[in-house]
Amino acid sequence: MTAFWCLAPIMVIAALGLVFARKAVHAALCLAVVMISLAVLYAAQGAPFLFAVQIIVYTGAIMMLFLFVLMLVGVDSSDAVKETIGGQRLAAAIIGLIFGVTVVLAVGQTVSGVVVGLKAANGNGNPYGLSELLFGKYVLAFEFTSALLITAALGAMVLAHKERLTTRHSQADISARRMREYAESGRHPGPLPAPGVFARHNAVDTPALLPDGSPLESSISDSLVARGQVRDGFEDDIDKVVEQLDDDEQGLGGEK
Amino acid sequence: MNEYITLSLILFTIGCVGVLVRRNAIVVFMCIELMLNATNLAFVSFSRQNGNLDGQVAAFFVMVVAAAEVVVGLSIIVSIYRARRSASVDEASLLKS
Repeated sequence: MTAFWCLAPIMVIAALGLVFARKAVHAALCLAVVMISLAVLYAAQGAPFLFAVQIIVYTGAIMMLFLFVLMLVGVDSSDAVKETIGGQRLAAAIIGLIFGVTVVLAVGQTVSGVVVGLKAANGNGNPYGLSELLFGKYVLAFEFTSALLITAALGAMVLAHKERLTTRHSQADISARRMREYAESGRHPGPLPAPGVFARHNAVDTPALLPDGSPLESSISDSLVARGQVRDGFEDDIDKVVEQLDDDEQGLGGEK
Repeated sequence: MNEYITLSLILFTIGCVGVLVRRNAIVVFMCIELMLNATNLAFVSFSRQNGNLDGQVAAFFVMVVAAAEVVVGLSIIVSIYRARRSASVDEASLLKS
């Protein structure tokens, strides 16, 4: 029971973090915490095989898949703050609360009776008992899962496959397009400006400054902008530098 | 025994609310995974209460089905993202009249 009372608050907090986290990566990490804690609870309840499977399949495979897809998709902040349907969040919270209270009360009244425990069932070891059921009573369901897994793998391959609809751009095509853009719109054909030029930091999240002190947006990577990780607060940078220069000059003057 | 079932129900409810509240398709998917995990916890607890391993076999099958579901669901999300440049569940509304 100690494991339960240690892990239950952590799991509930992490699950709430999944709902409230603003960034999808933080939500994924919260879900990983819940899954690992669940694995420990399985081990505490006489299910060592499920403990291993939970860690390998869920936290190992499924969470990695989620993180890979987040890497491909999740950089944009598509979780808009604006509600599409008015009052949806409040309604969802109220309905969730009612649902939770009802279900907990109902189950609290109905689930009772003695806990038999798994001493006898795990007599030959938990994996042995499970395999006896899996390849005996449930062998048909087991065969169907293999068909399901093959279908899922094929479906994922079909869905993720992309036909090339246009011909591949060669280097000559790209350079010709850049020159045409330069002639038509005056866009500079060379590389984009580097971040951090003339700014007070030279990190990649610091935009280069124009001669008038305003930040140059095109000097930062688009994905940093999408994640909202651009360093800001440059409006007074020029003034600060000028002040520092003035101070230095006065200091020098005093010495003289 | 009741504590385990109550924890599982709390997690399930949080997952439900997450599905209703969140707009990012991937986070909605994670909330579905949370609900599946909560039911697995209930399965394992009932298995211990009844003293046989059928509940653990059921939890095992839920894990297999969840793995297949995640693979297909995430590839659907990726292909929608390719077509619409967005992973928001509100943007995919082409079928609405």
